Amino acid sequence: MLKQIEGSQAVAEAIGLCRPEVICAYPITPQTHIVENLGQMVDKGQIDPCEYINVESEFAAMSVAIGASAAGARAYTATASQGLLFMAEAVYNASGLGLPIVMTIGNRAIGAPINIWNDHQDSLSMRDAGWIQLYAETNQEAVDLHIQAFRLAEELSVPVMVCVDGFILTHAYERVDIPEQAQVDAYLPPFSPRQMLDPANPVTIGAMVGPEAFMEVRYLAHYQQMQALGLIPELAEEFQQQFGRDSGGLVKPYRSADADTIVVALGSVNGTIKDVVDEMREQGVSIGSLSICTYRPFPRKAVRSALQHAKRIVVVEKSLAVGIGGIVATDVQMAVAGLHKPVHTVIAGLGGRPITRDSLRKLFHKADQGHLAHLQFLDLKHALVHEEIARMEGQRHSGPSAENILRGMGTIASQIR
Amino acid sequence: MFQVRIHGRGGQGVVTAAEMLSIAAFIKGKHSQAFPSFGSERMGAPVMAFCRIDAKEIRLREPVLNPDALIIQDPGLLHQVNLFEGLAEHGYILINSTHTLAELGLEDYLREHPQRQVCVIPASEIALKHVGRPLPNAALLGGFAALTGLIQMEALQAAIRDKFSGKIAEQNIAAAQAAFAQVQTNTQGATPC
Repeated sequence: MLKQIEGSQAVAEAIGLCRPEVICAYPITPQTHIVENLGQMVDKGQIDPCEYINVESEFAAMSVAIGASAAGARAYTATASQGLLFMAEAVYNASGLGLPIVMTIGNRAIGAPINIWNDHQDSLSMRDAGWIQLYAETNQEAVDLHIQAFRLAEELSVPVMVCVDGFILTHAYERVDIPEQAQVDAYLPPFSPRQMLDPANPVTIGAMVGPEAFMEVRYLAHYQQMQALGLIPELAEEFQQQFGRDSGGLVKPYRSADADTIVVALGSVNGTIKDVVDEMREQGVSIGSLSICTYRPFPRKAVRSALQHAKRIVVVEKSLAVGIGGIVATDVQMAVAGLHKPVHTVIAGLGGRPITRDSLRKLFHKADQGHLAHLQFLDLKHALVHEEIARMEGQRHSGPSAENILRGMGTIASQIR
Repeated sequence: MFQVRIHGRGGQGVVTAAEMLSIAAFIKGKHSQAFPSFGSERMGAPVMAFCRIDAKEIRLREPVLNPDALIIQDPGLLHQVNLFEGLAEHGYILINSTHTLAELGLEDYLREHPQRQVCVIPASEIALKHVGRPLPNAALLGGFAALTGLIQMEALQAAIRDKFSGKIAEQNIAAAQAAFAQVQTNTQGATPC
């Protein structure tokens, strides 16, 4: 059914349709509306049977999800930013134990400085935690990916994070087609756990494993995740057949088959990128884009094949690996290793800085002319940064940088960008 | 694509206004996208929300930098925030105030602007009368419907009923209708309202 609703409400409705049996969550901006809506749905009996557990922290949220999943229940939680970091130990445990939990990340920056706005630093900090990571481009895709995520998680017994851009998607009202319960039921069978704690049939889950077998267990985690590279396109294909929508999959090329410049990105910024690609194509610029929907496991072959004809690759990423540059760009570089193509890293949109058409247009023209640096920061306020560097070089006790920068900005109330 | 930017203060229903506008457009089969600019989420702080309306899917995710219409819920922001930044040359301006443009200090500034595109209505007073609280958002959307013709009153009524229920919905609809009628009367008289 077509609805004009908030992204968070749409995600909550999708989760409800997946018939979770345990939902445990701790609120954190910008994820809060999702779990608030789910709480109300459980309270009204719209998701039944389902136990909604208010927990005291994110660490507890993931721990409860682990317990529930190990007991054979379909378990769901959601978090963001510092909340994901706080649950980090349990995040690794969930995947290490092979428990098919589904978790929404309402993507948000990591502090300090504290910042509630969108970027991808939170989920990317967990890229090696053994979870499958899917990135939604629109709220429709966020809905569809969650339905696919439960199926994927449970078939492989691997947990899945569905990453949804905080505010940009979670708080956006847009048109979303919410599937019917019968459609979802036909796609997603009841949870049949590979392992289960059952008093009638006792097993141990979570034994200590020493040097003699640890490598083997870790290898299997890798093996299981690599299976997803085959399963994800199959599930997306089946989804398209049943729901009539092209959602999910490994990567999505856009006007890139014959493009000299291909822009690579994760999540909602792909929409803005496509608009700029269309505009520049009309002006005769040879440009296209590639949206990476599945980031873990990293679809190396699909990325390589989509990029192999390009003259240059521009990775626009909402994350920063301090001390090296890009996170996504590093993986893209690995995918095109040996092809001798320049891979430019563009750090953009950190802490919610809007990524505008204007800035992208200038950036892509520069790339098209072959003038793009190896690493650059989109719309960085250079004067402010240089002023602070000069201050630090000029005096030992230069004080806290964040506060100095804010002072340099003057009033910061309600600026459009 | 038609883009709207709404300026107001936390607690004035700025975000809800953008959402209702998007719902009204959706009801008429349009694609629409509403989202807030989250600054400091507290009562009284300057807040912005955006709405885009188009016949085709909206992929763009940047804030509304070049609005075709501005709705200003609190004229007290006029001298605090650069409200008119990026406004399209013939863009619509709808301001909530009991004062005239001259009294607001905008007469000179807007002298070159097409006068039929500019409108000042006492939306808070209309809301006080019909809703009992000075929440100007529904009234402003009624005024917006009359000023721009971009959304229809019946779609706006349905959008208000989507966000509110019962008596509160009906009161907000009454406020929207009153503002709609007022703006329509004024614009038909071809004088700036």
